[in-house]
Amino acid sequence: MDIRSAAIDLGLISPEIIILASAMVVLLLGTVLKSRGLMAFLSLLGLVVGLVLVLQQWSQPQSGYYGMVLKDNFSVFFSVVFIMTAIITLLMARDYLIAKHIDRHEFYTLLMFSTVGMMLMAGSTDLVVIFLGLEIMSVPLYVMAGMNKIDPKSNESGIKYFMIGAFASSFLVFGIALLYGASGTTDLRRIMADFSFLKMQSELLLYSGALLVMTGFAFKVAAVPFHMWVPDVYEGAPTPVTGFFSVGPKAAGFAALLRICVYGFSGMAELTAVFWLLAVLTMVVGNVLAIFQNNIKRMLAYSSIAHAGYILVALTAGGEGAVSSAVYYLLAYMFFNLGGFTIVTIIDSRTGSNSQIDEIKGLAGRHPYLASLLALFMFALAGFPPTAGFMGKFYIFSEAVRNGFVWLTVIAVMNSLVSVFYYLRVVVAAFFGKPDQEFSPVSFSPALFIALLVTAVGTLALGCFPGYWLELSQMSMFPII
Amino acid sequence: MLEVVIFYLSALIAIGGAVLMIAQRNPVASVLYLIVSLAAQAVLYIQLSALFVGALLIIVYAGAILVLFLFVIMLLNLRGEHFEGQDQKVGRITKYVLSGLFFIELVIIVRQLAIPARTDIVSAQTATDFGGVEPVAELLYTKYLFPFELTSVLLLVAVVGAVVMARREKSEKQGGV
Repeated sequence: MDIRSAAIDLGLISPEIIILASAMVVLLLGTVLKSRGLMAFLSLLGLVVGLVLVLQQWSQPQSGYYGMVLKDNFSVFFSVVFIMTAIITLLMARDYLIAKHIDRHEFYTLLMFSTVGMMLMAGSTDLVVIFLGLEIMSVPLYVMAGMNKIDPKSNESGIKYFMIGAFASSFLVFGIALLYGASGTTDLRRIMADFSFLKMQSELLLYSGALLVMTGFAFKVAAVPFHMWVPDVYEGAPTPVTGFFSVGPKAAGFAALLRICVYGFSGMAELTAVFWLLAVLTMVVGNVLAIFQNNIKRMLAYSSIAHAGYILVALTAGGEGAVSSAVYYLLAYMFFNLGGFTIVTIIDSRTGSNSQIDEIKGLAGRHPYLASLLALFMFALAGFPPTAGFMGKFYIFSEAVRNGFVWLTVIAVMNSLVSVFYYLRVVVAAFFGKPDQEFSPVSFSPALFIALLVTAVGTLALGCFPGYWLELSQMSMFPII
Repeated sequence: MLEVVIFYLSALIAIGGAVLMIAQRNPVASVLYLIVSLAAQAVLYIQLSALFVGALLIIVYAGAILVLFLFVIMLLNLRGEHFEGQDQKVGRITKYVLSGLFFIELVIIVRQLAIPARTDIVSAQTATDFGGVEPVAELLYTKYLFPFELTSVLLLVAVVGAVVMARREKSEKQGGV
């Protein structure tokens, strides 16, 4: 695959420019026009145009801006995931924001800024750009977490996320500085090209830098033991924002981590042990603690930790097959996790809700379709066939076995079994639970309907016809030079 | 010889200033110690003959950003007692143990560093007017153009975020939901 290169080419970053521009248009128009619906629509339009432009770049690997931007299939694939996440979040957020009186145009602006940050993270092999992308992604997230200013929990969430995020960034920057000290470059491709020389010259510096960079990203993808912030932040943030947190930044963190591990540190075989430990801890702690949660947002927070663990299994296994299985899993995870969060958002939009699992009791009697969809998403999260969750786990586990990580796979499968318990608890509450009082009906809007439709179709399509999607994720593999 | 003395002196002041900065309860004192640390770092840059970078550090950081810090602290009227949290014993011990371990790790790294290994690169760069206005500008507007533009996006995002968080909403004035 030859990569066309140009110094300055606005077409190369046109999706980012379009989304940034619409974010600014919404920001400015929102101060004059009062119609928040129009702002939401404009944001949606900007994201959709961005999505179309990104799709144009598929299978045309290009590089530009002196090697700072790399648009290969990998970055296109992840950009599609990020933009889809933003679109679904936007669709599900509208009614919730109105119900909670926090319907502000800045929400849409920040959502789009954050999406651009993620796209930048996936679209570069230079650590400086990856870091800046991470910050552009994170700063709006801190604000979105604390958006509901009259809710003390939302404040707590914003502040906690901000502190932890700054802390994690400092690890990352320090690691990048050490890597630069070891190699004299921040470009992962050049680090990889000189790897054996660098290892001989300054091995310790290289490894310390690599570990610090990994620590920084481990905070972002919420791997154990860097997960302490997750439950509080996820619980306190407005529910659609929580959905966005659990997919967008996680996928972006993994995109950067995959790039770094496959490009930069592919020569560091010793890191496999670190990943092994991270994967096991993340799966076990996430799944075991999820069992004890009564708050559905906290439960899904721990569940998202556990899912990060499954993806870490793929990273441990290494190699092209494993990376493409991780990419496939992230796509699948986006659909069913956002689907689950859409339903939680709908239930949370009722006044006086504080997201307890008990509040779902009796959902099936009142809204049978909604309850069935909830069951679908929970089954997918638990990994039942024929949903996307099953195929995703299947690919990851078979790649792990193929690369000789049998024990790791056994632990992963056992964790997957444990997770069935807490996911089914939600389904049982929805179908068989007797509500304490009359189940107050939920309101529905076309936007929510579209969000549910997209996520449900995605969950089933990836599960029933995995071949096509797996091929796409294999094509998204960047060439290992 | 004099160069070595100046190096160690300013390095000590830089580290000491940084340590004192985080050890202070009073935010104004913290900011002042940060300025001391940055000034000493600027000396280190100048010793590397990176005159422009050293000057930038003084003008931008010590001159502009930290003065802004001071303004914010004075406007908010923050004082030391605002930060007297109830420190738990276990938390305090872990804090010191972890930072101690990290410090030891860094000491080991620095001791084992094969610094001469990269002198070829460093000397190649210092041959021209390394760290002067021209090379910095050239890098900033060619190789680092894209990251440079991204920083402005980041600043914009931060401004928008700060305004969103700081602005008082109608619903808050009325007491809210």
